[in-house]
Amino acid sequence: MLKELLEKYEKKEDLLLEILLECQVVKSDHFISKDDIKEIADYLSIPESKVCSVLSFYTFFSDKPRGKYIIQVCKDIPCYISSDVNVLNIIEKELGIRVNETTSNKQFTLEYTSCLGCCEAGPVMRINDKIYTHLTADKIKAILSEYRVYM
Amino acid sequence: MKEMKLVSKRFGKINPLSIDEYINFDGYKNLKKALKMEKTSIIEEVEKAYLRGRGGAGFPTAIKMMGLAKETNKEKFIICNADEGEPGNFKDRYLMENDPHQVLEGMLIVAYATGATKGYIYVRGEYQKSISLLKWSIDEAKKNGYLGKNILGSKFNFDIEVRSGAGSYVCGEEFALIESLEGKPGRTRVKPPFPTSVGLHNKPTLINNVETFSTIPSLIEMGGLEFAKIGTPSSTGTKLISLSGNVKHKGVFEIPYGVPIRDVIYKLGGGIEKDRKIKMVQLGGACGPIIPDYMLDMIIDYERFEEFESKTGAGAIIVMDERFDLFDILLKVVRFFQHESCGKCTPCREGHIQLANLIIKFIERKATVKDIISLESLARVIHQASLCGLGQTSPTAIISSLRYFRDDYIDRIEHPQKG
Ligand code: SF4
Ligand code: FES
Repeated sequence: MLKELLEKYEKKEDLLLEILLECQVVKSDHFISKDDIKEIADYLSIPESKVCSVLSFYTFFSDKPRGKYIIQVCKDIPCYISSDVNVLNIIEKELGIRVNETTSNKQFTLEYTSCLGCCEAGPVMRINDKIYTHLTADKIKAILSEYRVYM
Repeated sequence: MKEMKLVSKRFGKINPLSIDEYINFDGYKNLKKALKMEKTSIIEEVEKAYLRGRGGAGFPTAIKMMGLAKETNKEKFIICNADEGEPGNFKDRYLMENDPHQVLEGMLIVAYATGATKGYIYVRGEYQKSISLLKWSIDEAKKNGYLGKNILGSKFNFDIEVRSGAGSYVCGEEFALIESLEGKPGRTRVKPPFPTSVGLHNKPTLINNVETFSTIPSLIEMGGLEFAKIGTPSSTGTKLISLSGNVKHKGVFEIPYGVPIRDVIYKLGGGIEKDRKIKMVQLGGACGPIIPDYMLDMIIDYERFEEFESKTGAGAIIVMDERFDLFDILLKVVRFFQHESCGKCTPCREGHIQLANLIIKFIERKATVKDIISLESLARVIHQASLCGLGQTSPTAIISSLRYFRDDYIDRIEHPQKG
């Protein structure tokens, strides 16, 4: 299944991270499955354990299926002190899930992220690759309804 | 007071997607100049300029360059460290997103002077926009003869590849970053040997931060001696400051070294929102010291910052006003490191959990004098017994708060929770 993706890469061990990152982005459930691990390990001719050690080390990787949209809320100090609202609580209420959970329709997963380097525009969150800054309660609700209605 | 724009001079003035706009604004002209110079004299200029690494540690760039230049291997690497993971720092992102070719030009000049054969830019995975902009810019540079084989008709060949991190704070550390580039978990190695002799794929490797590489073209343009006239004796040139928190104008500002922190906050940042008082300022990011208002007249330079034994020099200033509580902030700092610790050494892995427990006692007003002592000694142990920069610098916030906010601690002990 990953064949096409893999063939873009040279069979070099040091490309493992790049491959895993792309694999996780293109899959709609955004996680690396046991089968993916085997396929990638075979392609690079490295032991599966090596792939697993990389997967468990880096926080970006997930070994459980996630929603189509991954909402990540920045929890670091610059965002925290420039927030008038509790971004996480608002999203939790709106979606009816807690952090690290996925909605039952598999649309959204809610997570924390470390600083996104947009501290001058906090509070900040990201949904997949898109970053949203200067969050307020109304803005968060508007963004979420946009995703719910149109995506 | 005004900014002094050397490295940020193109911010907002050019379209970062356009190599032509870069070239029309003095772009790649210093590469041309460098290609006509002796390799050793390029390094001499950097030495005369006394350029120090902008990532925080402040190691002299010329020494790294000499180290790499003297290695005789066929393959030698340079790495641009764009793993800006310290909360409160965003100047490298500004550099990559506003002026990506300047980063490439700086790398090219360093590669030419040291004989490096290939370059990597290791960008933290959170910076997707930087990654795509850099990849685009590399393609443009190749099409225009600034990268690849026989650059600008010379014998110099050089290529740059962009690699993404995957969410790991420790990969900002040189050896962890190298491990990560090799496709492994980002665990640090014991030094020596240093990367300039045994680095990426066991080949000689020079690692510098985005801002350091971005400074090189201006340095070559001015010449080392002129460059050294800017700033203070221990810290030459300009510094990009990431200003965040409760100030009116947040953002990236470029100043010559030697400017007091207070001026950055009040003159460039416009002061505090709603004219509140400053409770504390954290310098450098989570790994930096927390200082009170009365210390803000301290000037920004390496010498002053060395006192804190952390990467304070990265240039982040996080301003927190009187609404915030010291212990609440300290707990957040400790939780951050508890989460980011790679778990390889015990003091770091276990220590942060203990630190958090102690701070919670202060938050709940259940602490005693004994807890101050435990906090202090535990912080020192983590600082001294940890293997990598994370554990060595993570206790800085606590150690500094014990020094400058003693009254807050005493207050919690003298006014315990009733009942
Ligand atoms: S100090 Fe912490 S992050 Fe660094 S190697 Fe030790 S456990 Fe890992
Ligand atoms: S602290 Fe939230 S983006 Fe930096």
